[in-house]
Amino acid sequence: MRAEDLLTLDAAGLYCPPGGFHVDPVRPVARAVITHGHSDHARSGHQAVLATPETLAIMAVRYGADFTRARQPVDYGETVRVGDVDVTLYPAGHVLGSAQILLEWKGLRLVVSGDYKRQPDPTCTPFEPVRCHAFITEATFALPVFRHPSAAGEIARLMDSHRLFPERTHLVGAYALGKAQRVIALIREAGYDAPILIHGGLDKLCRFYGEMGVNLGPLEGVAGRAKADVAGRIVLCPPSATADLWARRFADPVTAFASGWMRVRARARQRGAELPLVISDHSDWDDLLATIRETGAEEVWVTHGQEDALVHWCGQNAIRGRPLHLIGYGDEEEGEGATAAVEGS
Amino acid sequence: MNRFAALVDRLAYEPRRNAKIELVRAYLAEAPDPDRGYALAALTGGLDFPHAKPGLIRALIAERTDPVLFALSYDYVGDLSETVALMWPAPDATPNLPPPGIAEVVETLRTSSRLEIPRLIARWLDLLDEAGRFALLKLITGSLRIGVSARLAKTALARLGGREPDEVEEVWHGLAPPYGPLFDWIEGRGARPSSVDPAPFRPPMLAHALEERDVEGNDPALFRAEWKWDGIRVQAAAGRTPEGRQVARLFSRSGDDISATFPDLLDRLDFDGAIDGELLILIDGRVQPFATLQQRLNRKTVTPKLLAEMPAAIRAYDLLAENGEDVRGLPFDERRARLEAFVARLGDPLIDLSPMIPFATWDDLAAARADPASHGAGADAEAVEGVMIKRALAPYVPGRPKGEWFKWKRDPYTVDAVLMYAQRGHGKRSSFYSDYTFGVWRETATGRELVPVGKAYFGFTDEELKEIDRFVRNNTVGRFGPVREVVHTAEAGLVLEVAFEGLNRSTRHKSGIAMRFPRVARLRWDKRPHEADTIDGLMALLPEG
Repeated sequence: MRAEDLLTLDAAGLYCPPGGFHVDPVRPVARAVITHGHSDHARSGHQAVLATPETLAIMAVRYGADFTRARQPVDYGETVRVGDVDVTLYPAGHVLGSAQILLEWKGLRLVVSGDYKRQPDPTCTPFEPVRCHAFITEATFALPVFRHPSAAGEIARLMDSHRLFPERTHLVGAYALGKAQRVIALIREAGYDAPILIHGGLDKLCRFYGEMGVNLGPLEGVAGRAKADVAGRIVLCPPSATADLWARRFADPVTAFASGWMRVRARARQRGAELPLVISDHSDWDDLLATIRETGAEEVWVTHGQEDALVHWCGQNAIRGRPLHLIGYGDEEEGEGATAAVEGS
Repeated sequence: MNRFAALVDRLAYEPRRNAKIELVRAYLAEAPDPDRGYALAALTGGLDFPHAKPGLIRALIAERTDPVLFALSYDYVGDLSETVALMWPAPDATPNLPPPGIAEVVETLRTSSRLEIPRLIARWLDLLDEAGRFALLKLITGSLRIGVSARLAKTALARLGGREPDEVEEVWHGLAPPYGPLFDWIEGRGARPSSVDPAPFRPPMLAHALEERDVEGNDPALFRAEWKWDGIRVQAAAGRTPEGRQVARLFSRSGDDISATFPDLLDRLDFDGAIDGELLILIDGRVQPFATLQQRLNRKTVTPKLLAEMPAAIRAYDLLAENGEDVRGLPFDERRARLEAFVARLGDPLIDLSPMIPFATWDDLAAARADPASHGAGADAEAVEGVMIKRALAPYVPGRPKGEWFKWKRDPYTVDAVLMYAQRGHGKRSSFYSDYTFGVWRETATGRELVPVGKAYFGFTDEELKEIDRFVRNNTVGRFGPVREVVHTAEAGLVLEVAFEGLNRSTRHKSGIAMRFPRVARLRWDKRPHEADTIDGLMALLPEG
């Protein structure tokens, strides 16, 4: 009985032969289990999709109700049998609805974690460690240079700057799903209750979070406002919008980005950040290592990111580490200007 | 250190030159003495700690981290100080001490023995936060490289007292950190520091790239022309101190003192005056290729063998001072006449005159530029980069005044080559695949193959960089450590139009040639790799011999 018999790789990505389904496939398949709603993991066009109700709803918001023929909602902690495999979803703490997938088959326990984080996040259910034999992990920030500071502390820097430059618009680039809502919720926790302006591209998902019971306070659109009316406001937008014509309506804005990539100066400079906010929805180096230890896994497969460092660490700690070099995940996150640039990072 | 660290941090994120100047100015206005003086020294590259070198920093981090993880991290971040600042582990017990100030760091390092320094630096790193560690490491390794040039820092200082940056330049050499008298003068409390320095740096006059409209309709008789030599622009200044001691210095264009690299030239500067010229390697009166000169650059120690084999020379363009007289205000023609007499009196074969190019019409000059060999440059034509056009009446004005001097470079060569390997850049480009190895086709017994002919890491726009980076990521066919092999078959691959200044034979390259100054001129998405150029086409450009 080997983990490779339960989960393999094919052209579409991770495939479970005894269950007859893919996990987060990068091309359309018959049956998909989806960890979370980011576009590199959740694509449209599968025949059937199993995911948390929140993830299914997010996919419908992003792709339209016909993104798949058959939806199968499964709550956290609920076990369903797919083919010969028992499938259970556990919270991953990444974004609303994000799940780790526990696969059980002939006594073997394997967890596909998707993207996950351990830092507190007021907008989603916290990560729950699951004991398993094999743990499939991301490695977006798997280098010891990535040690995320507290998100509240980063928001405090934003609020300090806002106090220091009360006349300047503070333009915060944050990815539309998860990051934007988390930043807004953190700003509210910091005691700021004035209306926050949002770019049209954030509207649907912010509204969806509100419907799901996440309190984001008063949000207003930017369109149609005079320059004088946006001066001194806090504005959230997708990262790419900071470089768009759209951003010209703000006179002398302070440009901030909320992303784990902001930890590295050259990255922050490339993005044109004046106020880099190190806020990530992925685990940093210490949390990756702690999580692997908590799962008790003997074997760790690394899907995407800085797999070399994590596999090396596994080797040093008597854990079998295996890089999967999965193409199609996170690639968009690394350094590009497109909207998907810092997807969930 | 905190205030300086905050400055370094903000400068790192500020792309606008004027905003940088304002940040430095504000810092200099607020920070106390002697902190700000040392900070100014750090920003102008004036601090040197012989015992605190990158090797020491590497040793400190090696004691505390796994070597493989460090190597991967360094490759990713692309900057040693930043990597160490980010990775530095929290001490087991936090010492109950305040973080050090910049003056404390500088003065302690200066008075400490080599053996004490590692322990001192480790203790400071334990006391500082990430921004502080970054600033400390940048400071002591003497490579701030935060997008602030010495010139920018001096401009900020000048602005502090409503002065011109060139006024600061003129008193700069001869002053030492923490620059008390300089701040006194700038802030109106003291006299101008007297330039007792007999060999000061004088900010050079620079040229604009020539555009058609610059000469159109202008009378050629109002201009002079000379060759633009392919060496490094230098200023040789010399004179006697009041005590009668001869002082000589060689400066780069940016005012860096490069005397130590060229002791052979320095010995020849036994005059009182200042020459603006091009540093070249001259053997039997013939200018050697730039590749030869390169072997003498950036060396801290110079062996007698090197000096004998590659003697440095100055080809003089201009005269700035003579026997205590500042001649920069004279028109070019008068300075030229004095320069000719000055160089003749020296009678030194390794300090010669850059010849003038006679021309009656702009077409004459175009012909000279196109074929320097038969227009006076003779055997040295290979070392001609183009021509310089100077207004006959122009005084020598520091900086880049409009309409006085023009450079008219030779057109670069271009070749269509295929991208073969890509590597992540350093510094600003540390997360992009921005260093490209490219190749051209070669016929072999078994068919055509691509042979690498050079590396390029600039020339493209930010937008093009993103396009290439995306192409590299999506078309990787192999990985060798930090290097990615990119698909390069006859049908699939990316064709780059590479511009370069010339070719030299090279035994170090598999192809047998080395390119001068290669850069990506255009991305040829419209071309297939099989349409790229061949090695034979390149070989035809090689100089004889």
